[in-house]
Amino acid sequence: MAVAGLDLTVGAGECFGLLGPNGAGKTTTIEILEGLTVPDSGEVEILGTPWRDGAAGRALRERLGIQLQETQLADKLQVGEVLALFRSFYRQSHTVDEVLALVELEEKRKARVVTLSGGQKQRLAVACALVSKPELLFLDEPTTGLDPQSRRQLWEIIRRFRADGGTVLLTTHYMEEAERLCDRVAIMDHGKVIALGTPRELIASLGAEHVIEFAVGDGTPADLTDGVRGLGGVTAVRPGVGGVGLSLTVIELHRALPALLALLQQRRLELSSLTTHHATLDDVFVALTGRQLRDT
Amino acid sequence: MYQLALSRMREFYREPEAVFWVFGFPIVLAFALGLAFRNTGPGKLQVGVVVGAGDSALAATLASPRLVATVLDTATARLRLKTGRVALLVVPGDPVVYRYDSTRTESGLARLEVDDVLQRARGRTDLVAVRDDRAVAPGSRYIDYLIPGLLGMNLLGSGIWGVGFSVVQARQRKLLKRYMATPMRRSHYLLSFILSRLVFLIVEVVALVGFGWLLFGVAVRGSFASLGGITLLGSFAFAGLGLLVASRAKTIEGVSGLMNLVMLPMWILSGTFFSYSRFPNAMIPFVKALPLTALNDALRAVMIDGAAITTLGIPIAIVVAWGAVSFVIALKIFRWR
Repeated sequence: MAVAGLDLTVGAGECFGLLGPNGAGKTTTIEILEGLTVPDSGEVEILGTPWRDGAAGRALRERLGIQLQETQLADKLQVGEVLALFRSFYRQSHTVDEVLALVELEEKRKARVVTLSGGQKQRLAVACALVSKPELLFLDEPTTGLDPQSRRQLWEIIRRFRADGGTVLLTTHYMEEAERLCDRVAIMDHGKVIALGTPRELIASLGAEHVIEFAVGDGTPADLTDGVRGLGGVTAVRPGVGGVGLSLTVIELHRALPALLALLQQRRLELSSLTTHHATLDDVFVALTGRQLRDT
Repeated sequence: MYQLALSRMREFYREPEAVFWVFGFPIVLAFALGLAFRNTGPGKLQVGVVVGAGDSALAATLASPRLVATVLDTATARLRLKTGRVALLVVPGDPVVYRYDSTRTESGLARLEVDDVLQRARGRTDLVAVRDDRAVAPGSRYIDYLIPGLLGMNLLGSGIWGVGFSVVQARQRKLLKRYMATPMRRSHYLLSFILSRLVFLIVEVVALVGFGWLLFGVAVRGSFASLGGITLLGSFAFAGLGLLVASRAKTIEGVSGLMNLVMLPMWILSGTFFSYSRFPNAMIPFVKALPLTALNDALRAVMIDGAAITTLGIPIAIVVAWGAVSFVIALKIFRWR
């Protein structure tokens, strides 16, 4: 995994998202920012100071909260004990009860880590990051592999942290998560930033608000693409997911959809699937890379 | 650091298997070996009289406080000698033949005893008047020898296992990396192992020494302060060695191999179960330079000979040097992520 030519600035109080498929270099980037990986070249400044060894580095770490992607906390310890341990590393920190309340794990205080569910473990990991009352919170794929309910609980924790004035930098490969949580996002692919802006700006850059995906029975005739491109309201035509069917970005769905159906009727083509949705960051990624986010 | 040491201890005592191997196993071992080698005096020597003219008369003559003589047919007699169930065979006739394996200590004893009884029965008279003055020297039993050795072995095992496994497990679970993301001082992490070892050390020493004393009357002839000081240094040395073993390994499998590589030679060579003086002379200086040998020697000097810690300069220097050198190297090459 390599990362090259990254130039990012995250403002105080902002929630910034690094988005991209697995292997895009998100974790490498965030670990460089966290001072855990030393970059081959380039400069990193966190809260106005570069990473240094020794006392200066430790002073900086006092102000950060970090959740790593793969950390497995000690199974045999109780939730309260784990937090007491992490709390002991910091000069200034929440009490165990305070931080348990932040992540809504009060009733699990005496439970051993091994007995927690995936979502609870993840909330505990975030609690370990929050225990230091950080100014800046790093979250590396905080919701990967979680069920929708656990994911929403984590989003709520992040929102509350931001409401208290905290800054968040998170990585995710869920575009939906980035759209809901982040003020700005950088979309990464193959170690490079390929798009940067607010989710709204990025979606607007598609030049359309809606996406129509469809496929016809016996494969797409070669000349159909041109025919579809000529329809009113269609701004772009791409091959559909996995090369099946076509994917259109459109401005006015109410004009483009009847026109498309009329065209298919006239060509005597039979629809095998048809979906429409509001344009999302997923569509931005597809438009930029020609690949779907999840399967890559 | 207190919290780190505390969680280390919690992780340990919540692992029942680990508790058994560290505390229970040495005690079971001491119990079994103590029973097997308990001192019942020299015991009676078993000798066989091969069937022949005057065999039963000969057996009757030999029956004495130190000997048990049984008449056996030729095949059985040969088998019993071979399997060590009799120490010596007496073949009646003229001359009487003693058949035995001269490399066996027991057979040599039987040869002397049988000859003595036989010659006297035939009228030999002693030319010099002698008198036996039997005394039992303290600390001369096998269990007296064994308990300090087991103590040393236990310190080695718990030091290397205790430290090595926790470090590698933390590294494998990316916990080490997570700690690096906090302001925790690295030295505190390593020192927390030493601190928690200290607490377990007290339990280990009290358990094993207390057990030996209660069940087998193994006394500590030196001062408890000396014993405490030596076990403390030994425990630190092995914790250092454990850190060194675990300083680079990425997997539990990898570190297990390294641990065995470190511990196995010491189990065999360092005089835990038997004296290392049995090894060839050329090997002895090497054996003596091992930390477990030095520790065992020092422990035996205190427990059996009642020596004070201040008189044990050389073994203690060896133990401390191993600990210090491995700790420093471990710190230098430690893989923190």
